[in-house]
Amino acid sequence: MPSQANLGRQATAAPFAIELRGISKAFGPVQANRDINIAVPKGTIHGIIGENGAGKSTLMSILYGFYKADAGTILVGGVETAIPDSQSAIRAGIGMVFQHFKLVQNFTVLENIILGAEDGPWLGTSLARARRALADLSREYDLDVNPDAVVEDLSVGHQQRVEILKALYRQADILILDEPTGVLTPEEADHLFRILRGLRDQGKTVILITHKLREIMETTDNVSVMRRGTMVGTVKTAETNPEELAELMVGRKVLLQVDKDPANPGREVLRVENLRVMTEGVERLKGVSFSIRAGEIVGIAGVAGNGQSELLEALGGIAEATGRIVMNGVDLPLKGLNGQSRREAGIAHVPEDRQVLGLIMDFAAWENVGFGYQNDPKYQSGLFMNNGALRADTEAKMARFDVRPPIPTLAAKNFSGGNQQKIVVAREIERNPDLLLIGQPTRGVDIGAIEFIHKEIVALRDAGKAVLLVSVELDEIRSLSDRVLVMFDGQIMGERPPQTDERELGLLMAGMTETTA
Amino acid sequence: MDLTAILQILESTIRMSTPLLFACLAGLYSERAGVIDMGLEGKMLAAAFAGAAAAAVTGSAAAGVLAGIGAALILSAIHGLASITFRGNQLISGVAINFFASGLTIVLGASWFGQGGQTPALSEGRLAQTPLLDLFGIEDSPLLELFLGHGTLVYVALAAVPFTWWLLYRTRFGLRLRAVGENPAAVDTAGVSVAQLRYAAVGITAVLCGLAGVYMSMGLNTSFQREMTAGRGYIALAALIFAKWKPVPALGACLLFGFLDAISIRFQNIDLNGIGIPVVIPGQFTNALPFILTVIILAGFVGKAIPPRAGGEPYVKER
Amino acid sequence: MTKLPRWADVVLVPLICLLIAFVFCGLLIAAIGQNPWVALTSMIQGSLGTQSGWGYTLFYATNFLLTGLGVSIAFHASLFNIGGEGQATLGGLGVAVACLFIPWPHWSLALLGSITLSALFGALWALIPAWLQAKRGSHIVITTMMFNFIAYALISYLLVNVLRPEGAMDPATARFDKAFNLPKLADIFGVMGIPFSKAPPANIMLFVALALAVATWALLWHTRLGYAIRAFGKQEKAAVYAGISPVRITLYALLLSGGISGLMAVNAVQGGAHRLVMNSVEGAGFIGIAVALMGRNHPFGIVLASLLFGFLFQGGAQLAMASDPVTGEQLKIPREVITVLQALVILFTGALPYMVQRPLEKLFARGGR
Repeated sequence: MPSQANLGRQATAAPFAIELRGISKAFGPVQANRDINIAVPKGTIHGIIGENGAGKSTLMSILYGFYKADAGTILVGGVETAIPDSQSAIRAGIGMVFQHFKLVQNFTVLENIILGAEDGPWLGTSLARARRALADLSREYDLDVNPDAVVEDLSVGHQQRVEILKALYRQADILILDEPTGVLTPEEADHLFRILRGLRDQGKTVILITHKLREIMETTDNVSVMRRGTMVGTVKTAETNPEELAELMVGRKVLLQVDKDPANPGREVLRVENLRVMTEGVERLKGVSFSIRAGEIVGIAGVAGNGQSELLEALGGIAEATGRIVMNGVDLPLKGLNGQSRREAGIAHVPEDRQVLGLIMDFAAWENVGFGYQNDPKYQSGLFMNNGALRADTEAKMARFDVRPPIPTLAAKNFSGGNQQKIVVAREIERNPDLLLIGQPTRGVDIGAIEFIHKEIVALRDAGKAVLLVSVELDEIRSLSDRVLVMFDGQIMGERPPQTDERELGLLMAGMTETTA
Repeated sequence: MDLTAILQILESTIRMSTPLLFACLAGLYSERAGVIDMGLEGKMLAAAFAGAAAAAVTGSAAAGVLAGIGAALILSAIHGLASITFRGNQLISGVAINFFASGLTIVLGASWFGQGGQTPALSEGRLAQTPLLDLFGIEDSPLLELFLGHGTLVYVALAAVPFTWWLLYRTRFGLRLRAVGENPAAVDTAGVSVAQLRYAAVGITAVLCGLAGVYMSMGLNTSFQREMTAGRGYIALAALIFAKWKPVPALGACLLFGFLDAISIRFQNIDLNGIGIPVVIPGQFTNALPFILTVIILAGFVGKAIPPRAGGEPYVKER
Repeated sequence: MTKLPRWADVVLVPLICLLIAFVFCGLLIAAIGQNPWVALTSMIQGSLGTQSGWGYTLFYATNFLLTGLGVSIAFHASLFNIGGEGQATLGGLGVAVACLFIPWPHWSLALLGSITLSALFGALWALIPAWLQAKRGSHIVITTMMFNFIAYALISYLLVNVLRPEGAMDPATARFDKAFNLPKLADIFGVMGIPFSKAPPANIMLFVALALAVATWALLWHTRLGYAIRAFGKQEKAAVYAGISPVRITLYALLLSGGISGLMAVNAVQGGAHRLVMNSVEGAGFIGIAVALMGRNHPFGIVLASLLFGFLFQGGAQLAMASDPVTGEQLKIPREVITVLQALVILFTGALPYMVQRPLEKLFARGGR
């Protein structure tokens, strides 16, 4: 890759705002960051891009003193600096805007801004000075916020401005923003980028962490790409393109070949019309319509956080929604409900996060095999649950799905990720549902188990069932699906056949249609 | 009911409100900092005992007050350890502290003084009852007595209300205290120690609980009796909810609950036939009224009481 | 999340907590100039040394077993019901209503009647807090605590103004019909030809309570409801995925909890005092918290813990009357030492488990290496 230049090793004379050398950090057995080197020139907007779980947020948390690195050094303005806590980071001129804002909801803007940076023990003087400073900052950087507004009354975009102002009030020269547009409307995001460019033009350094290619291309001067805890490269934004970045982000994975015959779609099983989901006041799913027929696998491609989770939760009866869900010709209720009604309608659901939704981690495997089906007559005998039947069923499933160790009494938390997933998949697929919802089927799952789970999904399709597959792994989507829908920002950008070029799908996933790209 | 009776009830209201007010403000500091304190009752009781015991032994009221505060501080330190440092269950810790104080005061009292848990009656070491009247030489003026005829701690409690308001809303400490009870992550990322703030709050709580306790055993009474706080720590907690965790409404709530207390001391039952209503309100109803009112507030029928958002949750750092 | 082996977490941690509590109380007894060893032996003598002592120990254990089971069911749903005291108080009212106003033809029917009414009253007393928790999110601890005080005021009013027999001075109901007296352990063992002291009030409710312990175990681990309660208590969000309604489970768990706590009154009121008096619960509602924590929320553990606390309660009562075996001098140890012990058990097992677990984890990690 000719355009790829490792700025960290290349230029020693250049004035770097931040330089990280050999940063490593592990959480237990998980290596979140491995020997990270990065150098951010002063007065630039530097993007850090990577998939979810690539280690971006961990890296920035180390920079802000939230975590202590296991190894490596941090240089701020060319000087080696220890950052054991947030206070030190602030003193070093680093400001951070977290993905989840750290604001006191029932405080005013002004109170939030001075919190921890007061002038003295009396609030009056601090507030007065902050008010003047805020007026200056607002003017200087186009950051218009009413200082006396209570934060919980502000829109998310304005709350974010308060976070930026907080950092600037503390005289931050380096501003880190972690996934800043995840909660913003496109207009708010555009405004944010104008602000960030303004900050850069005033000499500030901005580090922008995101998984959205479009933002990187539009806003940054340089971009570093992370993948699975390592830094794969740093390039000048002007010398690269989204395709190259996407490739760097995802890496050349071993393409898992799934043997399957062409689909033989039958009647329509599921039809979704104008489905919308609101969470915490933000519309996450913005009017989605599609249908799935018996005997086909429909894959939803997209970068995480673009409404796929909400789609699964609405279909699975966990999130309330508006619009229509028609299953086997019958409208399903959308309000005040739970997973039970969906199971009765013939929908099985392998949730994206098995440890939070799909399994009770403290329950034994056999209890988890009944999870969601605890009312099934086949697990009852009179007043009581037939735990014996459930155990026998678990043993059979463990044998068929090769769950290791095959001990039904072992608690779910004591199985590896792949075996946990096999328990969930076995439970749901063996219900022989008309429709299987399956989210991130192979996240954190070893290669052998991936192959197995993929085969099971295809077998279910071949048995004439409908499958909705949600995955952030494009390879998985392409090799399993019969049709691919691409989601971006809560909407379906388009439908493509699975053989479609990875770049084209990648652009759709980044919210760019052919015309804009 | 004549004027004298009304004056007496009002005077009694002020007296009965004082320990409630101390305890309620005590709870306010702790809970506004995000540490739920079910153990107000226990800290009051321990302070009442330690105060009366120390005053009885030394003959000094000042020594009594210090001992009372010291006892409350020890219990607060346990609560802080459990709920801040070891991230345990704050509710269970508070409940345990109440039993601890209940048992320990009786065990120590019975073995030290041999009066079945009671401390000897104070004469020397009792808190001055009417320092202002004595100072100005006022006698036989019921109206002046209503305002000036109370012990020092009554005025301290009343002064603690505007002081608390000022501290919470006009100082850096107050700002940080309120912030740590709402969103400790905001305080942490601003570079301020969550644990230090919470320990400071819990410490203030102890001092105020200490004053509540010593006022009961050394001001209202002349000795400590077993279980003498009789649920006032819980009534203070109810008042705190009733006041929606705000200092000035806390004064109102405590005066109201103190008034109910004063009435039930004076009358067994309240006969409304005298004013033309054929109803007799039983004393037990008056006793339960603070709790009934608070449940109604909690049910959200009369304005919703929103507790500090981070209350009860130990702070764990996360991104 | 603890990394201890299961047996250590279940057996060793509570035992260490208990040991710390015992050591502390021993120091306390020494500090007040008494001999802890003498205190312990006279407690054992007074509660386990005689048939009568055993009888009282089992009587109190029955109370604690019931309130402990009540607390534990709510704990399994991650709900901390500290209203056992009030729920048992109302249960007492249920017993009084059953035994005073209904002319049962036989004690067994009277028992069924008072069991039904006490459970019903106890459950109803938990209903409002449960509803507030489920629908309004008002904290169950705060509301159940307040309902304890309201219960106390209500019973006090009823005993003084309504249920007190004409001419009686103390606030209590009339004595129940003697025919409703529950068979005592002496009667039950007598049928089997085993002689047993007639003095202590331990009665058939001991077996009812033990049966309930088994029933609670069956409920929690062998029924759909128990499954739902435990799943909800572990991971509320996952429970929704599995089709478990948080509102319904909150209500069910607390109604069951209140109902079982209410049953305690059958033992104490119908089995013990034979009339409803003020403070018939005698703190058993609170001791139930310690029993549930100590018994690790498992019915079997709770049976053992209730025996322990029955022993402590009876032994504590004996302390006040015991004398030094050597000098013959009267011991001066108030029974409230037991309250301190109970407080410490709650503190260490409920609020400070990490303090015991962490050093143990290190110990095990070192041993395992």
